[in-house]
Amino acid sequence: MASETAQGSFWMPPEASTFAGDVDALFDFIYWLNVFFFVAITGAIVYFAIKYRRKSDDQLATSQVGHNTLIEAAWTFIPLLIVIAIFVWGFRVYLDQSVAPDGAYEVKVTAQAYAWSYTYPDGRVEQELVVPEDTPVKLVMASKDLLHSFFVPDFRVKSDVIPGRYTTVWFEAKDPGEHIVFCTEYCGSGHSAMMSKVVVKTVPEFEEWLKSSGPPDGMSLADWGAQLYTGAGCAACHSVDGSQRVGPSWKGVFGSERKMAEGPAVKADENYLRESILQPLNKVVAGYPPSMPSYQGQLSDAKIDALIEYMKTLK
Amino acid sequence: MATTETLDHAQEVSYLGAKKGIMSWLVTIDHKRIGVMYLASVLATFALGGILALLVRAELWAPNLVAGDELFSADIYNRLFTLHGLVMVFLFIIPSVPAAFGNFVLPLMIGAKDVAFPRLNLASYYVYVIGTVMALYATIAGGVDTGWTFYTPYSASVSGPVVMMVMAAFVLGFSSIFTGLNFIVTIHKMRAPGMTWQRLPLFLWAIYATSIIQVMATPVLGITLCLLAMERAMGIGIFDPALGGDPVLFQHFFWFYSHPAVYIMILPGMGIMSELVTVHARKTIFGYRAIALSSIAIAVISFLVWGHHMFVSGQSVYAGMIFSFLTFLVAIPSAIKVLNWVATLYGGSIQLNAPMLWAMSFLILFTIGGLTGIFLGTLATDVHLHDTYFVVAHFHYVMVGGTVVAFFGALHHWWPKMFGRMYNEFWANVSAVLFFIGFNVTFFPQFIMGSQGMPRRYYNYLEEFEIFHKISTSGTWLIGLSFIIMVVYLVRSLTSGEKASANPWGAKSLEWATQSPPIEHNFHEIPTVTEGPYDFPKAGGK
Ligand code: HEC
Ligand code: HEM
Ligand SMILES: [Cu+2]
Repeated sequence: MASETAQGSFWMPPEASTFAGDVDALFDFIYWLNVFFFVAITGAIVYFAIKYRRKSDDQLATSQVGHNTLIEAAWTFIPLLIVIAIFVWGFRVYLDQSVAPDGAYEVKVTAQAYAWSYTYPDGRVEQELVVPEDTPVKLVMASKDLLHSFFVPDFRVKSDVIPGRYTTVWFEAKDPGEHIVFCTEYCGSGHSAMMSKVVVKTVPEFEEWLKSSGPPDGMSLADWGAQLYTGAGCAACHSVDGSQRVGPSWKGVFGSERKMAEGPAVKADENYLRESILQPLNKVVAGYPPSMPSYQGQLSDAKIDALIEYMKTLK
Repeated sequence: MATTETLDHAQEVSYLGAKKGIMSWLVTIDHKRIGVMYLASVLATFALGGILALLVRAELWAPNLVAGDELFSADIYNRLFTLHGLVMVFLFIIPSVPAAFGNFVLPLMIGAKDVAFPRLNLASYYVYVIGTVMALYATIAGGVDTGWTFYTPYSASVSGPVVMMVMAAFVLGFSSIFTGLNFIVTIHKMRAPGMTWQRLPLFLWAIYATSIIQVMATPVLGITLCLLAMERAMGIGIFDPALGGDPVLFQHFFWFYSHPAVYIMILPGMGIMSELVTVHARKTIFGYRAIALSSIAIAVISFLVWGHHMFVSGQSVYAGMIFSFLTFLVAIPSAIKVLNWVATLYGGSIQLNAPMLWAMSFLILFTIGGLTGIFLGTLATDVHLHDTYFVVAHFHYVMVGGTVVAFFGALHHWWPKMFGRMYNEFWANVSAVLFFIGFNVTFFPQFIMGSQGMPRRYYNYLEEFEIFHKISTSGTWLIGLSFIIMVVYLVRSLTSGEKASANPWGAKSLEWATQSPPIEHNFHEIPTVTEGPYDFPKAGGK
């Protein structure tokens, strides 16, 4: 069963936020209660099935008791009291989960089919959620298109992300490390690829990171682009090996002649690719739906450069 | 149960042989024949939904590590699980018990010749057929990938025949309303002399409660689906925020119907349970009143708990609190019923035949489904578990482990009455046990991967979940095998089964007081009821 471990338990993933332990304690309580009632009920069924098994065709029941007020009252009110206790307990932990402490560090989360992006107070936009440890972090979330849901199993937090409305979650990460983010509100073909990461850093490392820009240490621009290809969600609609997805494959796209749904063909140079990412509807490739989302405000110039560098390597 | 019927005179022409030819079935207004037509239809849709489930599980056998090594693309997978859900909910489970068994046994059980409105009954069947054809047409015309819940804005914006599918669900709703209306009036107006409400078999109390929900809740679904169709077809902004609508409103409307609908699905199964555990243990039901009244309590409270599907939809903390509390209240009547059925077995004469094995499977599986619901009704734990495989496991334990298992219990219980023949007991037991094992292998691992974080409606997944998915997919083959066995022995029963007597189980309710299969008008004379439906004798006399 779940205990205070970093690896997680049979039932639960690791407890990486401050309130994960509280959620798991309640989970454990309900779990053992379930085990108790399950064993009692199944035990009674098996016992009766053996003891009162019909051995001859004309065997009659040895009892015809139709009710017993005491027993019936007991099994109405005892479960009622138990579930009321669970309800109160669940509500109190839920209040902790829902209400962020004052002064929490705020990051804006934008969901868009099929990627997450995180906007920091200084305006920088990232594809991974980098946060300091031991610091309450509050996420203010909105969607640009459909319903999505932001779920970090290791933190025990989840909330739908809705177009035209803000929702929030908060957490305080306990240790440096990485945690997966899933989309848990169905959003179409890229739903199961709509993942992201929370990277927890120590406070000094986090401050260092806030000052930096450009690719992570020691990574080439093209490698960074390759990372962003999945990290920014392009992989849901674009392949890099020539196979078909929602949008055209990136294999061999750089420098080629692109036929447009309307207007003359265009040569795919840096400017065209940049425009395709920021204003995709200006020039729609022939044979494809106009379903590419705009990444205006989602990707920094440095990242767009990195993506284009990466496309150049896909011959 | 005392009746004026004499059981020992020679077998007369039954409803099956009373008229001949295909037309005599297609335009019949005999509730028994309509019940049989419904039974054949829902068995067919169950097979279709089951094949879709096998395909869904086959895709999940292994994660797709590189592009192209998948069995189905994401788009096909999304259509498969959507269609599986739609078929199972709207074409199979909602009509299954009421329309097939309810139709067949309800008039017999109250000593009536037919339902109150036989023509409306036939109309309900054809409306069901039309809805089914519309749904199949939408599937062939590209299919929909919205999930059976049709959440906006996705369902309002995605391409495909969504409007057709939504209209299919709308039409099917009418079939459900017609059946519900018919049953309410029949139970009120057509009970034989002496059949007081306190002598009504508990199956009928459950059907009665179900019918009330059907008549009151289904129109809300109809309106919701119409609004969605209007938004899609005419651009009227109801749910789309870009048009000034509210995207979460749809969920409120949808669950306002669909939560009560969950009880449309489970209450009839509960009704069946009360028949199976008494008849096959020759035992009076324990707590008749508690079971009857809890059905009505469930029907009423079920209208007030829809918000527990929306704890993480951004609703206020206090709305969440109220919905969580009411959810626990509605859990109590269900728990009481389970305890009553277990207590009924005490001191009985328990025959471990197929109906009883299905009944015991129900008790165990539904208990797991109900108990795991506590995690989901509790706010703090639901935040973590919502929309993961934990939920998929939970509702399959309730819907399949509960209703579907009860449905097959009922099939084996009433089969001799409906078709006048017995089936092979040995293979029937094998099939029931195999299903029980296969079901647990399929769905238990889903609890674990769900609480570990595996989201639902994913066509691909992280490698750490592979072992759970592999076990789960293998379980589906056992389930498939158990149904193949069932088809074989049931077909053989129809062609060459031993003739069934009027009352092979020694039951007390009225449907067993006429011959098997019953004559066209059910009874020669309207019977007079002098005893309750579960007044079994006690060893050594009273
Ligand atoms: C929802 C699916 C989707 C996602 C996600 C997506 N695209 Fe696209 N993309 C398309 C479609 C469809 C087209 C073709 C229609 C068009 O030109 O607008 C396209 C076209 C393009 C083109 C023009 C390619 C050509 O063949 O001329 C580029 C460049 C591009 N996308 C880059 C990206 C980048 C970079 C990302 C990730 C940051 C991304 N896309 C994410 C669907 C998507
Ligand atoms: C008996 C064998 C069955 C198996 C193996 C099975 C399996 C599955 C699987 C794998 C999913 C997809 C989960 C996902 O991707 O999120 C699913 C979804 C679902 N199933 Fe079943 N199922 C079975 C029977 C039933 C029955 C009888 C019902 C009747 C109510 C049912 C109702 C549903 C519903 C409503 C969904 C959700 C669809 C959606 O997400 O839109 N299933 N099932
Ligand atoms: Cu999503």
